[in-house]
Amino acid sequence: MQAVETTELTKDYRSGFWGSRSTRALDRLTLTVEQGEIFGLLGPNGAGKTTTLKLLLRLVFPTAGSGRILGRPLHDARVHARIGYLPENPSFYDHLTAQEFLHYTGWLCGLDPAVRRRRSRELLEQVELAESAGIAVRKFSKGMVQRLGIAQALVNDPEVVFFDEPMSGLDPLGRRQVRDLILSLRRQGKTVFFSTHILSDAEALCDRVAILNRGRLQGLGSLREILGTGVASTELVLEDPAPGVLMALAPFTTATVRTGDRVRLELRADSNTAAVLEAALRAGARIVSLNPVKTSLEDYFVAKVEGSSSGRSAGPTTSTSGVPVNATGAEPDLDPDIRAAQVESGRR
Amino acid sequence: MSRVAAIAVHTFKECVREKVLYNLVVFALLLTGAGILFGSISVGVNEILLVNLGLSAISVFGLMIAIFIGISLVWKEIERRTIYNVLSKPVARVEFILGKYLGLVLTLVVNTAIMTAGFYLALYWEKRRLGAEDLAPLEAIYFILLQLALVVGVALLFSTVSTPMLSAVFTFSLYVIGNLLSDLRGFGDQSGSALVRILLHGLSVVLPDFGTFSAISQTAHGQLIPGFRLFANSLYALLYTTVLVSAAILVFEEREFR
Repeated sequence: MQAVETTELTKDYRSGFWGSRSTRALDRLTLTVEQGEIFGLLGPNGAGKTTTLKLLLRLVFPTAGSGRILGRPLHDARVHARIGYLPENPSFYDHLTAQEFLHYTGWLCGLDPAVRRRRSRELLEQVELAESAGIAVRKFSKGMVQRLGIAQALVNDPEVVFFDEPMSGLDPLGRRQVRDLILSLRRQGKTVFFSTHILSDAEALCDRVAILNRGRLQGLGSLREILGTGVASTELVLEDPAPGVLMALAPFTTATVRTGDRVRLELRADSNTAAVLEAALRAGARIVSLNPVKTSLEDYFVAKVEGSSSGRSAGPTTSTSGVPVNATGAEPDLDPDIRAAQVESGRR
Repeated sequence: MSRVAAIAVHTFKECVREKVLYNLVVFALLLTGAGILFGSISVGVNEILLVNLGLSAISVFGLMIAIFIGISLVWKEIERRTIYNVLSKPVARVEFILGKYLGLVLTLVVNTAIMTAGFYLALYWEKRRLGAEDLAPLEAIYFILLQLALVVGVALLFSTVSTPMLSAVFTFSLYVIGNLLSDLRGFGDQSGSALVRILLHGLSVVLPDFGTFSAISQTAHGQLIPGFRLFANSLYALLYTTVLVSAAILVFEEREFR
């Protein structure tokens, strides 16, 4: 039995005064998620990720197609006793404290009062909100609200957990904490189905991913299947090379990226590494490193999204683009278009 | 049933914490002021005035809570997106609506009970004793509660389909019209047009008859309400409320939360 299964799941939203305009938010999505795996739903804003989760949670109804969770059809609310859900940008009751809120959600799940109390205490400790248990939710920061949201999703010890952008609003420490939590859920045998547009999170966590763009499935599979295992290219990093060095190496390179004093050269696939090194040394280059480069999820994602947006071919590409690091040391939540532009500029 | 109770208790708690019961302070001040004022009027008359004022205040305060909390009962959960947390749990939509409805009714019952206690305290202060004849206002208060339960049903139904502003207008309008149904029928009889007569009589049957629960002045004069009227009004409120809450459930079952 699969944890999640969708068949040709489609959603059209109607708008306009008479509901005459129709926008397709999700287009014939067919996928399965096995029990015990971490599954990532990736895509830019408006790709249909949240719509997919809302369809699975029966917050909106499908226009066509069907779905099952743990073998039960989506309209069977009983299956909700075995699942948990963190909505995107969660919002809770201002008048309740964190502990009261978890107690309430536990009650909704049919837990006994003693179990509710124990689960509330455990979960608040797990998401490091134990010291804020008695504080009204309206006084919580965004990160605290997000962590409380994760706690409420786990209150009934679910078999399948749906997280919609679980890292949203979290600082680097919070994100690490959520990553660890998701991994620990997998160790407990639970299925985690989460949407994100932070690719590094997906790459670090997911067993399999689905890539959505404009409501359509662009790619589906394990990271190994998607990215392959081989070396896609080789990069050579030089310390402050003279123009003559770069000219000498130009025949071997496909892309050049300067970062501060360093220059990264992406070598042609058919280049002989020994010959490249010899040419570099002969030209007086100071070599920092020579690295094999694998296709990253980001590269694959950008290629898929770009391909579906512009009609270009969507084969995987490689790049050595360095992901910018912000002041906190975290990778920023980049819009895919910006990432695409970075990769493009890297190639130039 | 446990989930309905959870939502009802939570709704009650929300009303209490959002200071809905502060109206009790105003009620207490009103009765105290009335006690002082009526003290100078002749014995007997001041009691009638006190009963009239006390029961009217119970009705008006309850009505304000029923309308203004009722119209945002469901809307607020949708607007603040807290509905996602509830409906992602093993909660059927029918349970959510029932819980919300019962939670507000519970709030009104508690509010009315406290006001009733205050009212009898004021009455005792005025008369220096309470007898069996003073039980008559309890029947009027029971009717007020039936009326409020019906108003909450109307407000809840509008709350599932409309914004609070429009819901308030619709609910209040329906309340006013529902208190004038006998006038509506009379107007139809006098109109001279068979069509208008049928239309207005039809409306008076379909619309909620809030006027039937009016018993304040009757009980103020010590008259007890006949048992049949108590039974008929109870049945009417139960059936009409069932229809309203069922309609709210049907609408809510089809509602999407984008």
